[in-house]
Amino acid sequence: MTPPSQLDQKENDVTNPTTALDVDLELVEHLEDRAAHIRKQVVRGAYLIPGTVHLGGPLSATDVAVALYYHFLGFDPENLDDPDRNRFILSKGHNGVLLYNILADLGLYTFDEVFGGYNKPHHPFGMHPNMHYIRGIEASTGSLGHGLSLGVGLSLANRADGRTSRTFVMTGDGEMEEGSNWEAIMYAGSHGLSNLVAIVDFNRSTGSFRHGEHMVVDWKPAFESFGWDVVEIDGNDMTAVVRAFSQLPPVVPGEKGKPVAVISNTVKGFGVDFMNGPKWHLGSINDENLQIAIESIDRNKLARRSH
Amino acid sequence: MFEKGNASFNFSMDDAVQMMNARDLVPKKILQLIEKDERIAYLNSDAMPEGSNVRAVSERLPDRVTDVGIAEMNLVGISAGMALAGKIPFANAFGPFLSLRAVDQIHTDVAYQNLPVRLIATHGGTTPGGGPTHYAICDFAIMNSIPNMTVIAPSDANQSVKVIEASVDYPGPIFMRIARGDEPQVYPDGADYDFEIGKSIRVREGVDATIIGAGVGVWLGLQASLRLEQEGFSVRVIDMHTIKPLDREAVVAAARETGHIVTVEDHNIEGGLGTLVAAAIAEAGVAVKLKKLGVPDEFALLGNPDSIYPEYGYDVEGVTNTTRALISPDAPAGAQG
Repeated sequence: MTPPSQLDQKENDVTNPTTALDVDLELVEHLEDRAAHIRKQVVRGAYLIPGTVHLGGPLSATDVAVALYYHFLGFDPENLDDPDRNRFILSKGHNGVLLYNILADLGLYTFDEVFGGYNKPHHPFGMHPNMHYIRGIEASTGSLGHGLSLGVGLSLANRADGRTSRTFVMTGDGEMEEGSNWEAIMYAGSHGLSNLVAIVDFNRSTGSFRHGEHMVVDWKPAFESFGWDVVEIDGNDMTAVVRAFSQLPPVVPGEKGKPVAVISNTVKGFGVDFMNGPKWHLGSINDENLQIAIESIDRNKLARRSH
Repeated sequence: MFEKGNASFNFSMDDAVQMMNARDLVPKKILQLIEKDERIAYLNSDAMPEGSNVRAVSERLPDRVTDVGIAEMNLVGISAGMALAGKIPFANAFGPFLSLRAVDQIHTDVAYQNLPVRLIATHGGTTPGGGPTHYAICDFAIMNSIPNMTVIAPSDANQSVKVIEASVDYPGPIFMRIARGDEPQVYPDGADYDFEIGKSIRVREGVDATIIGAGVGVWLGLQASLRLEQEGFSVRVIDMHTIKPLDREAVVAAARETGHIVTVEDHNIEGGLGTLVAAAIAEAGVAVKLKKLGVPDEFALLGNPDSIYPEYGYDVEGVTNTTRALISPDAPAGAQG
C-alpha cells in the first residue's frame, strides 16, 4: 500500500477533480446520498430550533464524517462498546448537530428525539455532545483544542493493549489556533502513533475571520515538521475522501509509524449556496430559506457527481 | 477514643521530627501497581531523569509509562484519552502548572467525562519556593469547584501511598496534592491505621478547640496541640486529608463538642479547606469561633515554607498562638499552664 506521503499530489490537488478509477464508485455514490440527506437534516433541524445553530461547520465537515461513520469506522450501533472499535472524536464539538443526525440516520435515534427539546435541560441533545447522554458519542467535546490529546491517549492505550484500531480526530482549522493541539501533535509524531489520524476540516473560516485574514499556516510542512504524514484532499469531494481513507497505511500491533494528518479542504456551509464565510458560522433557517437550502443541497450533490 | 481509624497514637513533644518525601514514595508505589495491573498507566511531565527507575520502566513499557514533556495540557488530555480506553492513568506534574495551565483539560476532559484519572500535583502550596509563579495556592479552590472531582491532600508521605492504593478502584477523578519533598511525618513508621478516602482521621482527642488540617496543616496542628497541652489546653486535631467530599460529620461534631475551630492549610485561605469547613459549620447552624490559617488572599512573598509559614502565621508558633487566642483571648502568648 502506498503511504499517503508518497501519493501523487496531483491526484489530491483540489483544482484537479479526480477521475476516480481507483475507488469504489458504488460506495462513493452511496456516501454522497447519505451526505446530502444529513445536510438536509441539519438544515431541517435548524429550522425547528429557535435561535441560531452552528451551520457552516457541520456542513463543511459532513462528507468526511459520513465516510467515516458509514464505512471506514466500521461503526456498529449494536456493538458500541467493542474495545476493538475505531473511534471518532469530534474535537470541534460545536458541530455536534452533524453527529446527531448521522447517529439518527444510522438508527440510534429518531429525528424527533434529536430536535424535540433541543438544548434544553433533561434533553440529551444540545449544542455540544455529551458522551454520557448520547450513545455513539466517544467524548464530550466543545472546548476547542482538546480532541487531539484525547486521541493521543486513546492511541497510546490501544497500542499498549496490542489493538490495531484507529482513532480519528476532527478539528477545525480555526481550532488549530489553540496551542494544546501542537503539544499533542509533537507527542504523536515523536512517539510514532501510526494509529492516530487527525483531520483538519479546513473550511477557511472561524466565527470572525476568513483564513489568511489574520492567521497564516501551511498545514503540510507544519505537520510534516512534527513527523506526520500529510494528505491534502478536497474534503467535499467524496471520491477524494474515500481514496484518502482507503489508502491509510496499516496499523501493525506494537509497531511505530507516522500519524496521518488529512488536510480536508472544505467550504464552510458546503451544499447550501447562500451559506458562506464567517456569518454562517451560526445561523438560523426560516420559512423562506428552508426550501432554497434543500434544493441547493440536491443541486450541489448532482454537480459534484458529474465529476 | 478514635471514632474513625483504628490506630492509637501517642504523640509527644519529645518525638524527633522525621522528614519524608512523597515524591519518592508515590512513584515507587505506582510502578509496583503497573507490574500487576495492566489498567494502570503513569504519565509524567519532564520528570523521568536518566538513570531513574521510572525511566527504566518506561523503556520496557513505553505506552503505559511515558513522559509527555513540559506540556501539562497534553498530559491531562492524554490521560483522559487513556481512561476512555479503559486505563487508570496517574498523571504527575508540578501542582501550580497542573492546576492552573491544565485546568480546562481537568474540568472538561477528566471531570465532565467523569474519568478515573488520578492527578498527582507535586510541589503543593508554597513548598516549591521561589514565588507565586511556582506556588500552588489556588488548587484546592479550583478543584473544589469542579463537579465529580475528589480533592485529597495527604498529611504525610506514608499516607500519600495509602491514597494511591485506595485510588485504584475509586470511582471518578482524583486530584491529589503532595509537597515538594522533605515534609514532616505525622504518623509513626509502620502505623497501622485505616485510611478511607472521604473519612477524616481524629489524630488527637481534645475538648477546648479543634485544629482541622489538610496536608502539612495536620503536622502543624499536631505540634500546636502538643504545645497547648503543656499550657493546660486540650486541643483536638483532625486529619482532613480529603477536602472534597468534606467529612462534614466530623467537622460539625468538632464544632459542637469543642466550640473553637482553626483550619490550617498551605493554600489561599479563600476557597480551600477553611472555606469548606466554615460553610459546613454555618450550614449546620452551629455557633463557633473560627479562624482560617493559610496564605491570605494575596500573592505570597518570595520565600520557602521556613519563611512563608511564619510570615503568614501558620507555622507551629502561629497555629499555637491563634488557637490559644481563640480559646482564651486574654491568655498571653506562650503562657505555661
